[in-house]
Amino acid sequence: MSSQNGFYRFTGTDDYIVSPSLVDAVNCAIALERPLLIKGEPGTGKTLLAENVASALGMPMESWHIKSTSKASEGLYVYDTVQRLNDARFGDGDVSDIRRYIHYGPLGRSFSAEERTVLLIDEIDKADLEFPNDLLLELDQMRFTVMETGDEVAARERPVVIITSNNERELPDAFLRRCVFHFIEFPERELMQKIVAVHHDNLDSKLLDQVLIKFYWLREQNDLRKKPSTSELIDWISALLKSGISQDQLESHIPFMSALLKNEQDSEALSRYDDRGGELPTQWSDLGPRYNQ
Amino acid sequence: MFLDLFYGLRKAGVPVALQEWRMLLESLEQGMHACSLMHFYHLSRACLVKSEVWFDAFDAVFAEVFEGVEGALDIEKEVLEWLRDPKAAEQLTAEQLAELERLTHSELMKRFLETLAEQDERHDGGGRWVGTGGRSPYGHGGVHPTGIRVGGPGRNRSAMKVAEERRFRDYRTDQTLDLRQTRVALRRLRNLTRSGNASELDLDETIDETCRNGGEIELVFRPPKRNNLRLLLLMDVGGTMDPYYEPVSRLLTALHEERGIRDFRSYYFHNCIYEHVFKTARLAASDAVPTGELFRMLNERWKVLVVGDAAMHPAELLQSYGNIDPRVVSETPGIDWLHRIAAHFNRSAWLNPDDKRYWDQTQSTRVIRRTFPMFQLSVDGISEAVQALIGARVQA
Repeated sequence: MSSQNGFYRFTGTDDYIVSPSLVDAVNCAIALERPLLIKGEPGTGKTLLAENVASALGMPMESWHIKSTSKASEGLYVYDTVQRLNDARFGDGDVSDIRRYIHYGPLGRSFSAEERTVLLIDEIDKADLEFPNDLLLELDQMRFTVMETGDEVAARERPVVIITSNNERELPDAFLRRCVFHFIEFPERELMQKIVAVHHDNLDSKLLDQVLIKFYWLREQNDLRKKPSTSELIDWISALLKSGISQDQLESHIPFMSALLKNEQDSEALSRYDDRGGELPTQWSDLGPRYNQ
Repeated sequence: MFLDLFYGLRKAGVPVALQEWRMLLESLEQGMHACSLMHFYHLSRACLVKSEVWFDAFDAVFAEVFEGVEGALDIEKEVLEWLRDPKAAEQLTAEQLAELERLTHSELMKRFLETLAEQDERHDGGGRWVGTGGRSPYGHGGVHPTGIRVGGPGRNRSAMKVAEERRFRDYRTDQTLDLRQTRVALRRLRNLTRSGNASELDLDETIDETCRNGGEIELVFRPPKRNNLRLLLLMDVGGTMDPYYEPVSRLLTALHEERGIRDFRSYYFHNCIYEHVFKTARLAASDAVPTGELFRMLNERWKVLVVGDAAMHPAELLQSYGNIDPRVVSETPGIDWLHRIAAHFNRSAWLNPDDKRYWDQTQSTRVIRRTFPMFQLSVDGISEAVQALIGARVQA
């Protein structure tokens, strides 16, 4: 973390490698105090970004994992009516104090926090269509009123809001307009090597080359329905290392395919390729020019 | 110049409003661009563009505004296809280089188009044709001092190069895209209504009733929200539909996975619908179902989605005994059956995998479009078709 000109600057962390464009987007969102909307293929580290921004900037983090049943108001606070009703019925506790039954949600907690926090709203697209619109005002002003008590909760320090989306549905324009947007591209060869090094250092460079060649080749196969992503690559390398496989063994076939392909049809498609006597690439030059710059 | 970017984006159809523009200016005021074009490129993209769908258009506009690069050449897709993976560049002798340098840009452009017109196959290496890794002034990855680069990735990483590369072309939604996006498009089919058994606790009503009951808890239940959509899918198989196996199978997978649909039936036909449709794509006689049976079984609230290229001999569509299936004799012309389907069901839409630009060139397609609202089998097209099925009524 570094703080210059009065605002925070994020530069990535030792365990999390970021592309320059993502660094710019994160810093822009921090400086403008706007929510940062992150999209990208599953497995490209969208959720991890928030954790790493928090740890790099030394801020506590609140996360809100959205489900299809999530409602915007739940993020602010929940008024536990059923508990109160129950207490009134059976005479437990002080029913007249409504505040006892108001529980802040992640948004409420991060607004009321003493210091600046990182707030992660994960997979916002899973919720109902209207969900993002319901949050517009709160995210803009970073304040809300608890209706039942009339208490106002206002953020002393505007939290750094990071929102992720898997593109399951379109987000409303009004919401998008308020966000800084970044799309995480799939990492290219050089960046990928750095990312792998973070998780598996001391990996033999020739072995790594073989691994990445096979991996990118697999991603180029158009008949795959779900292309393997970074997190699958990391798992796959773990499996390879544990089994102590050598670089030569990797040249002619792809072991532990199930770590990379999670879909039956995809595994079948690839085994058909094997049956046809298809050859696997062994050098970068066997792949397209994208990998040989 | 900055305003050129703003208006350029708007002209290219990227939804940019003043709010986004102010956001960019604000970040520039804070000195976030650090006086580098690369930072500026990242910043302006993060502030102005809110979906990867528009990244490609943004790259094109950015490249044009900031280097006066004329709009990318619109070359036949096929040509771009082979230029996408260039072969290794040839080394040139000094004389060859000097000779090549004499050509001016406009001359080049003219000769490029001429050469393109003459050429009829893929070409790598060599000194004349459009291809990759060659000495010809046109193509990609080649060695030519004043040459025209046609598509393909650039070699250096400057902002201009990144913008010029147009790496986000694949994210444009006007192309036929992958399963996940198809699924997103179909998700709009959801049409939630409350029906069925009351099995969900209605909290507000419960509280009201409990109060009315003098504090004695009274639970109230209501039926859960369910999708009430019933979909009939009619698919053209075989013949001219074979090349479209991939996009059609993606659509099918996405439809089967869409749990929101309450009832889903699919039937197959070849070229046009006559007296029978078939339960399987093999179109075996034992799988035949009389088309009239559909009208009996399914009420008018079923939505009909037809997938087919609508391209056939006019007689197959318009004349009696037009069915090309030798096993059956169809007295009623296909177009009558299509009319009956469109008339029986309230809403129907036709998805055509052929490129929209060629629809009007086929007589049968023109005729069918008068009966069914027709959309292209692409992500955008599917969204529009879904809109036609559940949204406001559109004219065929």
